[in-house]
Amino acid sequence: MDEILEILEKDGRASLEDIAKLLKKKPEDVRKSIKKYEKEGAILKYKAVINRELVKDAEAEVRALIEVNLTPQKDLGFDRVAERIYSFPEVSSCYLVSGTYDLLIIVSGKDIQTVARFIAEKLSPMEHVKGVVTHFLLKKYKEDGVILKQQEDNKRIAISY
Amino acid sequence: MKNIIAKKVEQMQPSGIRAFFDLVLGMKDVISLGVGEPDFVTPWPIREAGIFSLEHGFTSYTSNKGLVKLRLSLKHFLKHKYGLEYSADEEMLITVGVSEGVDLVLRTILENGDKVIIPVPSYVSYGPVTELAGGIPVYLNTKEHDFKITPSELEKVIDKKTKAIILNYPTNPTGVSYTRRELEAINKVLLKHKVIVITDECYDELTYDFAHTAFATLSGAKENTVYLNGFSKSYAMTGWRIGWACGPKEIIAAMTKIHQYTIMCVPITSQMAACEALVSGKKAVEEMKREYIRRREFVVSELNRIGLICFMPEGAFYAFPSIKRSGMSSMEFSQALLKEQKVAVVPGTAFGASAEGYIRISYASSLENLKEALNRIEKFLKGRIK
Repeated sequence: MDEILEILEKDGRASLEDIAKLLKKKPEDVRKSIKKYEKEGAILKYKAVINRELVKDAEAEVRALIEVNLTPQKDLGFDRVAERIYSFPEVSSCYLVSGTYDLLIIVSGKDIQTVARFIAEKLSPMEHVKGVVTHFLLKKYKEDGVILKQQEDNKRIAISY
Repeated sequence: MKNIIAKKVEQMQPSGIRAFFDLVLGMKDVISLGVGEPDFVTPWPIREAGIFSLEHGFTSYTSNKGLVKLRLSLKHFLKHKYGLEYSADEEMLITVGVSEGVDLVLRTILENGDKVIIPVPSYVSYGPVTELAGGIPVYLNTKEHDFKITPSELEKVIDKKTKAIILNYPTNPTGVSYTRRELEAINKVLLKHKVIVITDECYDELTYDFAHTAFATLSGAKENTVYLNGFSKSYAMTGWRIGWACGPKEIIAAMTKIHQYTIMCVPITSQMAACEALVSGKKAVEEMKREYIRRREFVVSELNRIGLICFMPEGAFYAFPSIKRSGMSSMEFSQALLKEQKVAVVPGTAFGASAEGYIRISYASSLENLKEALNRIEKFLKGRIK
């Protein structure tokens, strides 16, 4: 993978100048590459990873992992119904998986009732949805490679040979 | 307390540097670019293997030479990586880091008065340990040749009492390394004069511009070389204290004798973790290396921009800029930088008087730290650079 992407994947706020210095490129060329990736959709967006547990005024949020069983449609497979499901704003992630069910989706809402209502009123009655199994999340430890616990400081001694 | 401490030990202390180190350790909020170890922690699979071994009750001594499993893994690792073939049984010893390896080999081969060539600036232990073993260090100054050993300079310092040379590349503190061709030329001189080669290749994985050449792979060199390396730098395992020595079986057998009486064996936890490092560490090593390469670019270009002339180091994680334009000595520069801007670097003179006019900057530090430190150094240099 292009090292520009590798750097940005770790730090979306890395500046053009820094990336250029790290990779011995001209800032202008880095800018062009990034623009190209953004245009092609290789870079979709830049966002902060927030640990909501540490945000005092964050609205409460309940998340559930939901296993969804589907009836595939002729010619379309699961894509059409998946689209209907992931288009709901409550659905933050949606994956087609192998195994005993078909879709794994992650749904969030401000409380259990909200999520339950979404499942009962929107998801379950949908055509082609055969059944759902819901797991409410209790605690987040690690998400997308980021550990949500403050890491301890480096314990190296300040100077050594 | 008079006459209690043996004279050769009493004379060992590198005086001025210790005081500077104490100064650094006593200060708060210092950004340190003076650290000689990776800023990564040991990759989790390796740490986990150590924990697993403890949980399963691996708490005993091992064979003096090291766990058979580890030596066999190492044998395959070296074969695969360098095409080097060492017998796990007779030509290999697991040591407490390269440090122990250096001590063992010097004590094994030196008679009183034998000379050991040490290219300088160098890592700090070679000279004192040579003296402890009864040898005489002969310092070969490399400064005039871009900190590289040249065959003709080497030839000049060899005489009848020359027993060995200690080669460390990529080099701490300069970051300099050698291509295969350069090493072949050096090897020719050493073979001609039958000088034993002790190589400390602990930064081998951190070679950036060309492939690292293990000295023992050079033509005719293997029978003449004690090859030392370790897990510290490549796998960010400094605190585990584990490395290896490979070489001719007579030398390894003799080293093992000292090792069995002084150390017995390397802690088993470290040995178990090292097994895992050889099996699964490759990816982590490559990731760390890529990160170091980028920081090297960053640090060297910034140093040159702010007025400290710095060559591009070929390996390790050190930059070795000249501070001569400041008109200060290495020690004055380092002390003033620490006091005024709270940035710690190591004065070049810590690695031998020949490195006056230079400082060692370690880029084994986060980009954020490096940026802030370089900003502060730039401020420090304002009005000082001529």
